[in-house]
Amino acid sequence: MCIAVPMKVTSIDDDRATCVIGDVEREVRLSLLAEVHIGEYVIVHAGYAIQVLDEKEAQETLQLFADFQRDIGETG
Amino acid sequence: MRSDTILLEHGSGGRASRRLVEELLVPYLKNQVLERLDDHAEIELEGIRLAFTTDSFVVDPIFFPGGDIGKLAVNGTINDLAMGGAKPLFLSAGLILEEGLPIADLKRIMDSMAQAAKKAQVHIVAGDTKVVTHGAADKIFINTAGIGLIPKGVALSGHRGEAGDRVLISGPIGEHGIAVMAQRSGLDFAASCKSDTAPLADLVAQMLYAYQGIHSLRDPTRGGLAATLNELAVQSGVRIEVEESAIPITESVESACELLGLDPLHLANEGVLVALVPAEGASLVLDAMQNHPLGHKAQIIGEVCSKKFPAVILRTQIGGKRVVAVPTGVLLPRIC
Amino acid sequence: MRFLREFRDPQAAEVLVRRIRKVADSLGEISFMEVCGTHTTSVYRYGIRHLLPPNIRILSGPGCPVCVTPNAFLDRAIALARLPGVTIATFGDMMRVPGSTSSLEREQARGRDIRVVYSPIDALRIAAQEQHRRLVFLGVGFETTAPALAATLLDAKRTEVKNFSVLSAAKVIPPAMQALLKDGPLRLSGFLCPGHVSTVIGSRPYEPLVNEHGIPCVIAGFEPLDILYGILMLLEQVSEHRAEVEIAYRRAVRPEGNPKAKWVLKKVFIECDAQWRGIGRIEGSGLALHSTLKAHDASLIEVKVEPAREVPGCICGLVLGGQRTPFECGLFAKECTPETPQGACMVSVEGTCAAAYCYGRIEEER
Repeated sequence: MCIAVPMKVTSIDDDRATCVIGDVEREVRLSLLAEVHIGEYVIVHAGYAIQVLDEKEAQETLQLFADFQRDIGETG
Repeated sequence: MRSDTILLEHGSGGRASRRLVEELLVPYLKNQVLERLDDHAEIELEGIRLAFTTDSFVVDPIFFPGGDIGKLAVNGTINDLAMGGAKPLFLSAGLILEEGLPIADLKRIMDSMAQAAKKAQVHIVAGDTKVVTHGAADKIFINTAGIGLIPKGVALSGHRGEAGDRVLISGPIGEHGIAVMAQRSGLDFAASCKSDTAPLADLVAQMLYAYQGIHSLRDPTRGGLAATLNELAVQSGVRIEVEESAIPITESVESACELLGLDPLHLANEGVLVALVPAEGASLVLDAMQNHPLGHKAQIIGEVCSKKFPAVILRTQIGGKRVVAVPTGVLLPRIC
Repeated sequence: MRFLREFRDPQAAEVLVRRIRKVADSLGEISFMEVCGTHTTSVYRYGIRHLLPPNIRILSGPGCPVCVTPNAFLDRAIALARLPGVTIATFGDMMRVPGSTSSLEREQARGRDIRVVYSPIDALRIAAQEQHRRLVFLGVGFETTAPALAATLLDAKRTEVKNFSVLSAAKVIPPAMQALLKDGPLRLSGFLCPGHVSTVIGSRPYEPLVNEHGIPCVIAGFEPLDILYGILMLLEQVSEHRAEVEIAYRRAVRPEGNPKAKWVLKKVFIECDAQWRGIGRIEGSGLALHSTLKAHDASLIEVKVEPAREVPGCICGLVLGGQRTPFECGLFAKECTPETPQGACMVSVEGTCAAAYCYGRIEEER
């Protein structure tokens, strides 16, 4: 029920931001976020950013998958 | 028929459109040529094989990145003829104009049609114009009919698909669909996403020159690749298996689809074709395509198998499998 | 497309599947339920069931807000559409949902002013531009969408766009998950919890499911690797005899959720009981507009609505509750198809029955 996509914030003007995914740009409302900065990624649903994406957590999750891959390599 | 009135869905190229044609239109008009249900009709006259087709264009907006309704109309009919392997020769153009349409717009469209015809070396030799009251049409509707010559030895039809055939596509999907929808949804593209409308007759000629035994050609317009592959599967009575990671798609189209909740396989294409080619000819045809400006991103995307019932199966980018359904309903942005 | 592509990597998928198979090998029959239409679609889109070992079943619960919207809501929306001067604005998902005798799509065909928008912001803009029209926005959605509705309503109030109103069918999902467990025969090994709902509400609302019912809960994202990882975490809980609320979708979900979004929700909505198509009334599962927003509450518009009628033979409730599969419904693929949906599960592209009809035949063959 929740098509929401990660988009990068490229400019901010009060409670509106220009965000981009791939090479598609769209205006996004920031009224549901306490704090957000240019260059951060946000999860966008129905024209609103509903959360700032935690890049560190993203990398950790991907690293976990990489570790799984390595484990399989080691145990065969 | 499940509804007592015509719905927008009947025009969107999916399940309902097919039902309208098969259950309502064809039964009235009954004849063997029509019942083949290819995009073109094949007529034999004194030893000469002609391809004959008609198409109507009601696209909104009438001007969009990469083209307009006029260019679309000329290329669209040229392509229907080309899918039959024909060399397109002559077109007719019937215009239905809404009262209030700016003359400047009409001039732009006529110029566009002339340029498109010239580029494809076809002549618009007959036409008609009607004007209807404001509200009775949406700005301008165009009907084009076309005649082309089918060379000896060419026998293309949606019925000819066979187990072992490779499925080829000439370029990335969804460009036209997104270009039009973006305009309506207020999306901005950093890199411009333009309609891919283009005349494919020359590409087809090169493909047939490389290998004459091509079985089927189809251009995935309304309803997209999903509708077209399903049509071919049903017409030929085969299963078609396609590899998702092999299907060419640009980042613009992919991102727009993510944002709007659209399936790229359902998007219209106006400058792309799908070919079913026997295995022995597949790499010859692919080479010919990749050496042509309109086919340089061509790929082999799948294979025809013979199984229990006609279907289109997709091997997904993570190695799973699913059925590619015939699109239902009108393509609309979703939040769910 | 950063943070999407990486979570679709085929090699990582294969590795996760191998780990899943390893854990599942020592377990019996396992049923996990997802309660999010976007999970339903993703599972089908990527062909995930095809990759899972045969003893793992993924059930689709009542997670599609479009599917669980009852006839009565559609009937009211249609009645409003038929009033002179009213414009209905809606998400595309709602257009084909059948009401008792019609649908928004059919009403549009008959000339009613019904417009599809991507965001409630677009609807507010239309209202501001066309002040002679009364604009009613159909507020369908779960906790992912409700904050967007709320923020737009606050905007409408602040900028005094008096002709903008919302007909709320917004719902909250945890009470429905509880209701499914209370109703008896459902044997669930765990819940795959909705990632974007949880982005807003956090992880605490799922704790009663763990504390009162001992059901493992893992909050998962929507990319194929997210779903596979969520399933893996659930299997590990089952295998280790644990029942906890865990977050697999850590890049988007914090335990506290999004406090500002929750605050906006509290300003605009109050909890109420709500009718779920096929399931019935669930206490505290709906969101209605607070009285301070009554000027923008479309449920207060006087209009005569036809009595709601349900379809005989439709077992959507049992399908939504995971107790029957689409293939066990007498109407499935006969009277009820994606083109002629009789009930909720067939309407939305991600409804359990629509997905089964379109994508499921390959599974029948297995």
